[in-house]
Amino acid sequence: MIRLAALDWRPPGLHPGALAVWRRNLLVWRKLVAPSLLFNFGEPFLYLLGLGFGLGRFIGEIEGIPYFTFLASGLLASAAMNGATYEGMYSVFTRMVPQKTYEGMLATPLDIEDIVAGEMLWCATKGFISALAILIVGAMLGAVQSWTALWCIPLFVLVGLAFGGPAIVASAVSPSYDFFAYYQTLVLTPMFIFCGVFYPVATLPGWLQGLVQFAPLTHAIALIRPLAAGLPSENVLLHLGVLTAYAVVSMYLAVVLVRRRLID
Amino acid sequence: MGSPLVIQACGLTKRFGEATAVGGIDLAVRPGQCFGLLGPNGAGKTTTLRMVLGQTLPSGGALEVLGEPMPARRRAIRRRLGVVPQIDNLDPDFTVVENLYVYASYFGMGRQHLETRVGELLDLVALTERASSPINALSGGMKRRLSIARALVNDPELLVLDEPTTGLDPQVRHLIWSRLRELKRRGKTLVLSTHYMEEAERLCDELVVLDGGVIVSQGAPAALIKTHVEPDVVEVQGPHGVVDRVLSSLTGVRDEVVDETRYCYTADPRALIAQLEALDDVKFFHRPANLEDVFLRLTGRELRD
Repeated sequence: MIRLAALDWRPPGLHPGALAVWRRNLLVWRKLVAPSLLFNFGEPFLYLLGLGFGLGRFIGEIEGIPYFTFLASGLLASAAMNGATYEGMYSVFTRMVPQKTYEGMLATPLDIEDIVAGEMLWCATKGFISALAILIVGAMLGAVQSWTALWCIPLFVLVGLAFGGPAIVASAVSPSYDFFAYYQTLVLTPMFIFCGVFYPVATLPGWLQGLVQFAPLTHAIALIRPLAAGLPSENVLLHLGVLTAYAVVSMYLAVVLVRRRLID
Repeated sequence: MGSPLVIQACGLTKRFGEATAVGGIDLAVRPGQCFGLLGPNGAGKTTTLRMVLGQTLPSGGALEVLGEPMPARRRAIRRRLGVVPQIDNLDPDFTVVENLYVYASYFGMGRQHLETRVGELLDLVALTERASSPINALSGGMKRRLSIARALVNDPELLVLDEPTTGLDPQVRHLIWSRLRELKRRGKTLVLSTHYMEEAERLCDELVVLDGGVIVSQGAPAALIKTHVEPDVVEVQGPHGVVDRVLSSLTGVRDEVVDETRYCYTADPRALIAQLEALDDVKFFHRPANLEDVFLRLTGRELRD
């Protein structure tokens, strides 16, 4: 068990060193840019084409939005979630444990807070790239209804931060890669199914509607969907606040837990 | 602040739960020295070095590195030192030369000012030909040499090496030793941990011998040998009864039995050698005492794993 009192709870600061960590990941990604982009563009293309056209024919409109647009906007949010989360789990764990990349960084002026901030920013970048790919594919296939959709672009970064942070927390406490199956099954998949990607949250039973309000994906979709559909946004500050809170609190926790894991 | 010492530790302690890894040690490393931490596995060498680097927090005692308090000023201190870790942590996602540039970026150093330095460093560790190789294509010796080049990318005042030649073949060890001596000539302070006595004897001006997290002895290698063991060693293999008879007829010979071998320590080996030469069923080997004798004397002969 983790003894909370034994942890170093000093709050992290932000330093320019975080950008060096982010840049390191960007340089690695650039080497593998072709297969990454094929994945980023190919997957949503298949999803949108298959599900959107297939189901859309039967469903027509939901809440006044064509189903194709409804689904595409849900996938925008979940792509930002998945892009950020997988980077924060598998890739961060690889750099933290077997590859000892952070140990090397800790022999330089960089410190844990720079590593976590840089990695979170990189997770957000990966989420951003995944979601932007869907936005482009969706726009080409006619799923985007309005130029207000451009407001989604900065939102993808916030959504990425809100999911990247918790994923790094999971990496910091996981003994091995196998642990991520829990995170996948108990956290990611339920959000993907219940937070409104495929159907409105309002169709869920009351208690479950209450529960999904705690999930960041619900708020990400609530922000992105009206922008993609060209409809008025509601409760914008609430949704932004929840996502920001997830990003800030998870970053703090990630710094404390990565410190514990690497500095002891 | 302001200490002329490169490393100054007083009562430095590290506990992990109930276990004490380092039990209150004092260190004083002077500028330009090659300072060695010597000890068997589990003696506390790596933990001590990690505290010096700010990679683990002391449980007690005071520590100053390059005149600044550690860990409070770790970012500023690490800007001025270089580290060669015991287990290579080169970045496998980059080539040899990219490793140097990316590592330099962690110090805030841009590529444009580094072209010359990187070329010199690759030259220093004989890796110029491999500049574009991926890390996974390098041998263990090449990786260690690249780790040394990487540790020098910020032109550090202090270089910390944790078992720099463990697991390497003799050619690479000699190359690394010669490069470390070269760095010392250029005025860098070196701190290294090792369990190779030969390495400590060749490189270090001063040593501390650690065992069980405490310093059991310290001094220059030659002084340590002089203090702790007799100057000559005769290793004898033969029937114990026969050797016993020889030894009982002599004074001034201290002996230790290890399996088949009798280690005889003495200030004057002539009488012993004369008697041994007369015996047919005894083999012996005469040599000057070395650091290994000191080490075994101080830390015992039982296995440490």
